[in-house]
Amino acid sequence: MKYYTYYPGCSCEEGTATAYGMSALAVAKALDVELIELEDWNCCGSSPYNSVDELGSLCLAARNLSLAEKKGLDVVTPCSSCYIMLDRVNHHLKESPKVKADVDAALAAGSMEYKGTVKTRHMLDIFVNDVGYDAIKSKVKKNLSELKVAPYYGCQVVRPGPGFDHPENPQTMERLIESLGAKATPFPLKARCCGGSLVIPEESVALELTYKLLENAVSNGAECIITVCPLCQVNLDIYQGKVNRKFKSNFKIPVLFFTQLMGVAFGIDAKSLGLEKCVVSVDKVLAKSSTAEKGG
Amino acid sequence: METKKKSSSTFVDEICSIPGGEKIRLCIQCGTCTGSCPNANKMQYAPRQLIAMARAGMRDEVLSSNSMWYCASCYLCTVRCPRDIKPTDLMHVIECLADRHGLSTKKNKTPTMYRTFSNLVYGTGGMPEVGFMMRFYLKTNPFSAMSMIPTAFGMLRHGRLSLKARKLKPEPQRQLKAILDKAKELGGS
Repeated sequence: MKYYTYYPGCSCEEGTATAYGMSALAVAKALDVELIELEDWNCCGSSPYNSVDELGSLCLAARNLSLAEKKGLDVVTPCSSCYIMLDRVNHHLKESPKVKADVDAALAAGSMEYKGTVKTRHMLDIFVNDVGYDAIKSKVKKNLSELKVAPYYGCQVVRPGPGFDHPENPQTMERLIESLGAKATPFPLKARCCGGSLVIPEESVALELTYKLLENAVSNGAECIITVCPLCQVNLDIYQGKVNRKFKSNFKIPVLFFTQLMGVAFGIDAKSLGLEKCVVSVDKVLAKSSTAEKGG
Repeated sequence: METKKKSSSTFVDEICSIPGGEKIRLCIQCGTCTGSCPNANKMQYAPRQLIAMARAGMRDEVLSSNSMWYCASCYLCTVRCPRDIKPTDLMHVIECLADRHGLSTKKNKTPTMYRTFSNLVYGTGGMPEVGFMMRFYLKTNPFSAMSMIPTAFGMLRHGRLSLKARKLKPEPQRQLKAILDKAKELGGS
């Protein structure tokens, strides 16, 4: 059994990515990973908060890490934005004595302190690097050999880093997909931006970036895309209809959280994985996974 | 001439005083940031140019431009910058200053979006997504919400619109507020 402090983040807990949280917990259980939710955690503030109050944004993260420090475990989150917002605090505290003094003083106003000892990890990192590809492979119950999967990393799981994979040409998910018995398709734009939260104030800017990603995945033969970020999934899945209307395209490609695909391969039921929450139907994926139970 | 020199050093100093802004002086104007940016073509001044302007002390032009608000925080410039100046962080610093001095452009909705989002995080400790979207549309253009109806319907049908949201218990909420208020005081935001 492996133990971690779990930071679900707002999207995965109650927001648009509850299916990510559900499937992450289900897969963790199957892999003997114990995720202990951090009590009284607050929102990481994401990129909007550090665009209005940089020091406050560091303090939002520092409060969470201060709570986690008492537990002595690595913090793991499925959300790429939460991941970098929490992770960057340690770098800032180490690099700048002034930032450290200010963060210390702000935390003290809430009777807290943070020594800077907590490591923040992304869910993908712990599954492939702590649990390992072989252990993952040993849990596979379905045959996915006919399924072609595009691994979409987006930005913040690998950047700014330094993290657990290459910042521009990561390979972790390709190996994960192979471990699950499926085929990873080439995806040259796999670590390019989907537009992120700009989809709200600058919709056309984000739709253009998302269109390029969908086109790139589909033209390389992908039958589904897997993502590691709540917001990437929103843009690729929920906004796929808008992309089609704007660019007169006809994409109908399912976009799953990587934990959902792991769950499908492990034979976990669709409801526990929140598969019905994908706006573009995942029936194509399920049809390819249920053709044959893996013998022996 | 004297005044100009003075104002230019003040603006760079101001940028350097915010976490992430310290390295602006190291820029060699190579343009790798602009070449890497997925949204540079949308910006009034592309990243390299914006940095040059900031260093030349063009405070109001920089802070009232739309450039930094097109940064999607993809960090491609940051991993490629040969001087390790972290242009993404720099964009956020410039956004903070624009917001602080009330110079954020009114022509783009992103400043309002970030403000609305951050105020909710400050007030609740969580991110109530539906409440956030409603506030944002009310503050900007309520009619533009109409174009969201088909999308929202799809979300509703698939259980993706949740009215529930994280709200901290009163004690942690008070603690968070005390911390953020102190941060505001120290950071000048």
